[in-house]
Amino acid sequence: MTRPRAGRPRAGRSLRTTVIGVGLTALMLFPVYWMINVSLTPQQDMRKSPPDLFPLHPTFTGYQAVLRDQLPYLATSLLIGVSTVVVTLVLSAPAAYALAKLRPRGSGFLGLSLLIAQMVPGIVMAMGFYGIFLNLGIMHTWWGLVIADSTLAVPFGVMIFTAFMSGIPDELTAAATVDGAGAWRTFWSVVLPVSRNAVVTVSLFSFLWAWSDFVFANTLDSGGDLQPITLGIYRYIGNNNQEWNSIMATAVVASIPAAVLLVLAQRYVAAGVTAGAVKD
Amino acid sequence: MTLAHTDRPPRSPAAFRATHRTRGPQAAVRCRRRRTQLTAWAFVAPLVAYLAAFYLYPLYRNLDLSLRHYTVRSFVDGNAPFSGWANFSQVLHDPTFWPALTNTAVFTVASLAFQYTIGLALAVFFNRRFRLAGILRALFLIPWLLPLIVSSSTWAWMLNSESGIVNHTLNLVGIAPVDWLTSPRWALTSVIIANIWIGVPFNLVVLYSGLQNVPAELYEAASLDGAGAWQQFRRITFPLLRPVSAITLLLGLVYTLKVFDLIWIMTRGGPGNSSSTLATWSYRLGFGTLLPQFGPGAAVGNILILIALLFGLLYIRIQRRQEA
Repeated sequence: MTRPRAGRPRAGRSLRTTVIGVGLTALMLFPVYWMINVSLTPQQDMRKSPPDLFPLHPTFTGYQAVLRDQLPYLATSLLIGVSTVVVTLVLSAPAAYALAKLRPRGSGFLGLSLLIAQMVPGIVMAMGFYGIFLNLGIMHTWWGLVIADSTLAVPFGVMIFTAFMSGIPDELTAAATVDGAGAWRTFWSVVLPVSRNAVVTVSLFSFLWAWSDFVFANTLDSGGDLQPITLGIYRYIGNNNQEWNSIMATAVVASIPAAVLLVLAQRYVAAGVTAGAVKD
Repeated sequence: MTLAHTDRPPRSPAAFRATHRTRGPQAAVRCRRRRTQLTAWAFVAPLVAYLAAFYLYPLYRNLDLSLRHYTVRSFVDGNAPFSGWANFSQVLHDPTFWPALTNTAVFTVASLAFQYTIGLALAVFFNRRFRLAGILRALFLIPWLLPLIVSSSTWAWMLNSESGIVNHTLNLVGIAPVDWLTSPRWALTSVIIANIWIGVPFNLVVLYSGLQNVPAELYEAASLDGAGAWQQFRRITFPLLRPVSAITLLLGLVYTLKVFDLIWIMTRGGPGNSSSTLATWSYRLGFGTLLPQFGPGAAVGNILILIALLFGLLYIRIQRRQEA
């Protein structure tokens, strides 16, 4: 450790680190690359040994199959995702404002309930919803699925919003009160605009979770007129076990929201991942 | 008290005090506090109603399911005789119970051990300053963001016995092909490998942000004292990261116990019960066959909740202690 820390060696080391980093990332993302590669591989080359590492003769028949078979599923997923975002925001943002700034009696208990709610296995919720949905006659409806999917996101949403809104200085809300704004006006025109980052984070994750949900879709909507893309893929795997380029093409298309969100809102994603685990 | 229920709030604290002067400042404060309480509850009420209807009620229904003899017909005519602990006793004596329980344990522990170790190594690596570090770290998030059905079917194809890239690669280094998903010996290992891949990003991101709170001066001092990289890791990084590590592992534990989609899509818990966990077994009992056994399925689900809550409460305790 007597080596000098300044000077040229550092630049060299940094370049080497970058090369190692790129290598590690490539290794980690290999399955994603492989999914894309297989989605472009012609059906007759699928069982080739050894398989082509690059799509030398790319075919788009898989993607044509997606356009032919999967568009309704994709549209349904979009509808369910957006609706889940709306439900989650409407329920969690006002409640979080109260928990962070008005501190009603019992908010400690409520916070604890939300933490525990996140630990309930999805399969257990699915079974409970199954009985309820049968009784109410709302099985196989897209909005029933929105209700179920929202349970994945609401507790998380309240926690993100509460943490964020607690950080808003009291002077800001007090100033609004002095200007004559009621609690709702203060929330709507002061707190919510300031919490834009939290709104983005919560919307992102609730959309992604609803889009990715398989358990609820398969138990509560497997016979519905409107089914999400996760069931579209599941059917594909079940029915035409051999057409892996169509399956992988669907998988690629189903991954687009995740990719878009990562590109557009990278820092919010990281914020959401760490939210539950690290306290700043 | 009448003032507390008028539509418009007082214009300012001073004005509020002025209108309440006759009642004295204490009454005014109490009045305002009560008003705030009411407003607060109005904001929280929808959430509470929601939690009662869509969390508590399904959980209650699930408990009810597990204590009755249910068939598909029972849901329609409401006729399901109470059977006490019969479902639980049936499940506990089922030959699937022990394999499912041990598989759950193996799946969880192995996934966490590798996710955490790889995540920590990567976090330390990315903690160095180098070009592209930010972008590469963001790319590492992709496996965690992909829909589980996407990652599961991709892994299923990669691990395919005849045409999978994994067996082809093994073949290149002279290892005989492995029946990853179709042999009882390897099925559990296969789903664990896929689950590790999915969980590494979470560990990386959380541990990395934990590393940001380790003061840089500590490393400078240590390196002045002649401590090498490994010593710095063992004496500084790891001990200081312990609180974050505990939280990461416990949260990961609760999440991993719940894993269902991945295993169901890759192996359906098979062949036989070789990759069945409590979650997939519960699902198979309730939905996986033509003759659903809702009662026993719900019973398995409730056992799973119990285990998850046990560790969940431990997590909450540790987190509370760290905040205090």
